[in-house]
Amino acid sequence: MIKAILIFNNHGKPRLIRFYQYFAEDMQQQIIRETFHLVSKRDDNVCNFLEGGSLIGGSDYKLIYRHYATLYFVFCVDSSESELGILDLIQVSCSFVFVETLDKCFENVCELDLIFHMDKVHYILQEVVMGGMVLETNMNEIVAQVEVQNRMEKSEGGLSAAPARAVSAVKNMNLPEIPRNINIGDINIKVPSLSPF
Amino acid sequence: MALKIVKGSIDRMFDKNLQDLVRGIRNHKEDEAKYISTCIDEIKQELKQDNIAVKANAVCKLTYLQMLGYDVSWAAFNIVEVMSSSKFTYKRIGYLAASQCFHENTDVIMLTTNQIRKDLSSPNQYDTGVALTGLSCFVTPDLARDLANDIMTLMSHTKPYIRKKAVLIMYKVFLKYPESLRPAFPRLKEKLEDPDPGVQSAAVNVICELARRNPKNYLSLAPLFFKLMTSSTNNWVLIKIIKLFGALTPLEPRLGKKLIEPLTNLIHRSFSSRVLIFICFGFFKLAHKKSFSDVIVSLCYITVLISLSSGMPNHSASSVFLRISVVKYLGLLAMSKILKTHPKSVQSHKDLILQCLDDKDESIRLRALDLLYGMVSKKNLMEIVKKLMIHVDKAEGTTYRDELLTKIIDICSQSNYQYITNFEWYISILVELTRLEGTRHGHLIASQMLDVAIRVKAIRVFAVAQMATLLDNAHLLTGNMQRNGICEVLYAAAWICGEFSEHLENPVQTLEAMLRPKVATLPGHIQAVYVQNAAKLFATILKNQEGNTDSTAAQETSQMMIDRLPLFVQSANLEVQERASCILQLVKYIQKLQQKDVEVAEEVSALFAGELNPVAPKAQKKVPVPEGLDLDAWINEPPSESESEDEQPKAIFTKEEPKHSRPRHTEVDEKELARRREARKQEQANNPFYIKASPSSQKVYQEAPGVEHIPVVQIDLSVPLKVPGLPMSDQYVKLEEERRQKERAEKKKKEKKKRKEKRSGRGKKHDSGPESEEDITPAHVVDIVTEEMPEKSSKHKKKKQKKEKEEKEKKKKKKHHHHHHHSDGGGEESVQNGTVEEEEPLTFLVFPLPRKVCDIQGNLQDGSQVVVSVIFENKSDSFLKSMEFNVLDSLNSKLQRPEGSGPHDGLTVPFQLPPGVSNEARFVFTVQSIVMPQKLKGTLTFIVKDSSTHEKLDFKLHFTCTSYLITTPCYSDAFAKLLESGDLKSSSVRLEGVNMPFHHLLARICFHHHFSVVERIDSCASMYSRSIQGHHVCLLVKTSGQTVSIDAKCDEPTLLGNVLDEIKQTFSQC
Repeated sequence: MIKAILIFNNHGKPRLIRFYQYFAEDMQQQIIRETFHLVSKRDDNVCNFLEGGSLIGGSDYKLIYRHYATLYFVFCVDSSESELGILDLIQVSCSFVFVETLDKCFENVCELDLIFHMDKVHYILQEVVMGGMVLETNMNEIVAQVEVQNRMEKSEGGLSAAPARAVSAVKNMNLPEIPRNINIGDINIKVPSLSPF
Repeated sequence: MALKIVKGSIDRMFDKNLQDLVRGIRNHKEDEAKYISTCIDEIKQELKQDNIAVKANAVCKLTYLQMLGYDVSWAAFNIVEVMSSSKFTYKRIGYLAASQCFHENTDVIMLTTNQIRKDLSSPNQYDTGVALTGLSCFVTPDLARDLANDIMTLMSHTKPYIRKKAVLIMYKVFLKYPESLRPAFPRLKEKLEDPDPGVQSAAVNVICELARRNPKNYLSLAPLFFKLMTSSTNNWVLIKIIKLFGALTPLEPRLGKKLIEPLTNLIHRSFSSRVLIFICFGFFKLAHKKSFSDVIVSLCYITVLISLSSGMPNHSASSVFLRISVVKYLGLLAMSKILKTHPKSVQSHKDLILQCLDDKDESIRLRALDLLYGMVSKKNLMEIVKKLMIHVDKAEGTTYRDELLTKIIDICSQSNYQYITNFEWYISILVELTRLEGTRHGHLIASQMLDVAIRVKAIRVFAVAQMATLLDNAHLLTGNMQRNGICEVLYAAAWICGEFSEHLENPVQTLEAMLRPKVATLPGHIQAVYVQNAAKLFATILKNQEGNTDSTAAQETSQMMIDRLPLFVQSANLEVQERASCILQLVKYIQKLQQKDVEVAEEVSALFAGELNPVAPKAQKKVPVPEGLDLDAWINEPPSESESEDEQPKAIFTKEEPKHSRPRHTEVDEKELARRREARKQEQANNPFYIKASPSSQKVYQEAPGVEHIPVVQIDLSVPLKVPGLPMSDQYVKLEEERRQKERAEKKKKEKKKRKEKRSGRGKKHDSGPESEEDITPAHVVDIVTEEMPEKSSKHKKKKQKKEKEEKEKKKKKKHHHHHHHSDGGGEESVQNGTVEEEEPLTFLVFPLPRKVCDIQGNLQDGSQVVVSVIFENKSDSFLKSMEFNVLDSLNSKLQRPEGSGPHDGLTVPFQLPPGVSNEARFVFTVQSIVMPQKLKGTLTFIVKDSSTHEKLDFKLHFTCTSYLITTPCYSDAFAKLLESGDLKSSSVRLEGVNMPFHHLLARICFHHHFSVVERIDSCASMYSRSIQGHHVCLLVKTSGQTVSIDAKCDEPTLLGNVLDEIKQTFSQC
């Protein structure tokens, strides 16, 4: 069984969390912090397995993780899962997430993409893991199902109806903060506000 | 109005969507919390809108905020609304939010059942899919129960997409609702051979998880899995199947042999996946417990892999799976599994594993450490530990170093130091370890030092020398007081030096070291040991210097003690203070004696004479358990196992909070208590069996102001009966006095006063608990007073009732009867339920005769009548005649005699008894008070026809309280009303070791104690009876195992107490 899937960046900011066992929100954050602490101090070329996370489970549980660009993908699993199998799964899911949601894989962009489309990533993940058990490992199958569902959503007009979207675009244009922040990828260039003389 | 709506929806156009929210948060890095709280306010506004799109958008944003750690459970209901939208887009958002934040205690989950059921049967497979996915995250036992059938139907859905999800979710359903496993299992098994590989894999997945919990039940599936293993090409399925076989082979060894071939094939099929290879290795260890060579083969394989990969350059960017570290880790993992069964074969790879200790990866080092533990032997221990010590020095990071330290100690101390050949070496290792900075394992080292020094006598000289050095250099250890974990070793050092001070080379120096001012900075418990052991050292020093003509050295030592100890006397730690001031006074006294040239060394060292012996772990078993100590018996009432089972029925009978003083209750804080109380109230409210106490109920049974109602009921027994202790009874006496005074004022009659006295007797007795017979005795005495009161004033118009009981003795063995040849007699014996007064050893039979109620309505005179029917049986060979039955009246009970006869005249038994014949006679007694059991003495005189001698037979008549009860049927609603009235006082009793079926038990109570069963539910029954004076007695009998607890309520507590005592007695006799 998979107990939890955590995705966070190099600074420990959560980008996606999915617990298959209930924890209260503050506990979830604590687990993320602890996991980040454990994982982040490890070299990139050491092995991808870690024992000794104290918050989830006990000695039966392992952290299997993969550091990919600016993101850590961490699976917390029990002994019924194969270490390499999960590693394989992470490989599949993260490459899929990137390839699918963007056609190319710029390191910075991929994190941004996760940030703004957390819900989409959840939907993809739901096709891979369900209730803590691996549902599907065949990439083509996953892609097919996700695409069908996305098409359905499009045909329903998406989350925000078209007029609202248009307004949202206008709104964005006129927002006062826009000139101050120019987002290029992950890099925020702040235009310093003029100091009042 | 319309304008308002338009305005509202235009406002909504400016709502943020998820992307806006994320962007906003990123732009407000400095005041993120504030920004988010304004966002949450906006979301709350949005959720109030009727537009489902707006709501969905809001919920979507909440999902994001939940990830950031914000509690969004307040929006649970809105999430449910969004879930129930007909649009897939919104539905998906709703289910996602639900799966992120719903859990078993979310109350709105109850509302979702129908919605989920609707979605499950939706024509759109993705609606169904979304519902299944969501459900897999928040399924509760209720949902599982309600939806199990729907999901089972979906397992045969036409779309494989739905089938695989339905199969997978079944595992969750089984977990929450185990009853569904049996009906669903055949279908699950079917799915193993589903044409779709995804469904197949899901089914394998579920069965593997199930088998992990209980492999035995799945042995029968082995052939099916075997087939799958040889045919499937899905790595995931193969991994799972091999894991499953791993769990099955220990149960069925033949499986192992069968599997060798397919497994080898699998390896050779050269998948790109090495995953399988390792899984196979993991499996080998299970499959071949006996075939040693195979293990060697697999081991070699692993070894080769590890060494191969070590030789390879690390160019792993392309594939994780080729990475050395990964391979190494898995190799070590496999080895640790093999180690358990074949330690020797692993031991040969010691060097390789030691090499792994140098790995820069902590995971690998820890794995290797684990292996080392199992690999040590007498030969290699020192070598391995030496290597480890080197690593300790090199190690960076306290976690790993601490891990190393504990491992070293574990390795050395395993199985009682089995592998240690040289303890001097071990001590020095321990001393070396103390140089570790900042370890938290000081106490571990300390306990090892103590253990070794105590248990290995030969090492003490060495140990003491080492410890003395440690003490001398204590400043090195305590240099950094912040991380003073290591200073724990000083505890051990001080103790060892003190206890074995005879081995010290230079005790004075050590003593000086122990009394340095710096010591005062140590933790309190260590200082305390210092002080105590300084005294021991002092004693040793005195002893060593005894006989020296020059006593200045000894006096100097005393002076040093006196100078230094005040430092400890001022310690903030009580323990230190206490010991120091005690020892200081002692030393002062000794100094005085020394000045007088008195030899004190002997006495002083006697303070610490005797050696502490190590105690074997099993030594306790050799200590016999003292007579009469039952370790299994509860000291207090056992805490109820479950609220619903134990707490609730009790609540029927006690209005009070739990009446047994359970220690655990003192620990829970107010909040917790309040919570529980709330929970219990909730539970009771939902429980149809619980009758709420309402004070305003009608008192049907109180038709007339019978005397017994007036005072007795007023004794407010709010005091839990079981709570013993004087304060209670004091309180009680006080109450009683107040009440008496009041009564005295209104009633002038002297008799009344006496009656009150009686009542106070009752009260007290009751208070002290219903248990012991002894307690009852004083009440008896008081009872006598009652008799003087004109009972006519008591006007109960209740039905009077006679009851009776009878009994007959078979044989009497009194000597004087013997020499008259008739060993016979119509002697009767005490009556109720076998409570026989044994003046002479009698064997007797009890004949409980069914008695009809004799209703003497309106006849006040007959307020309380008891009919005793006695069966006289002549066991002798002679004819008996002129039998006369007489009872010495007590104040409370009188035999009814014909008009005109004196109070001491006997009643003639209206028949004669030929040999072997029995007959029955009835006698009527008037009884004033029925709340107490009574014993009446009586005699039977008769003439033996042949010898014409007068014979006399003494007997006792025991009127138990039970005998005043009449079996009266009661309907449950009347019973409920009665309990509801709140006029009843409660009490309870617990019977241990009752070994009989519950219905026997009930029958026994009905039979012996004249109760009738009102209602029975499982192992719980309510019973009812009433006394001849109209007291209601209600019982709730519960059984669990051999323990029967009886909670009882009655409007007359004294009566109740006595009845319970009698019930208890009945069962103690069986």
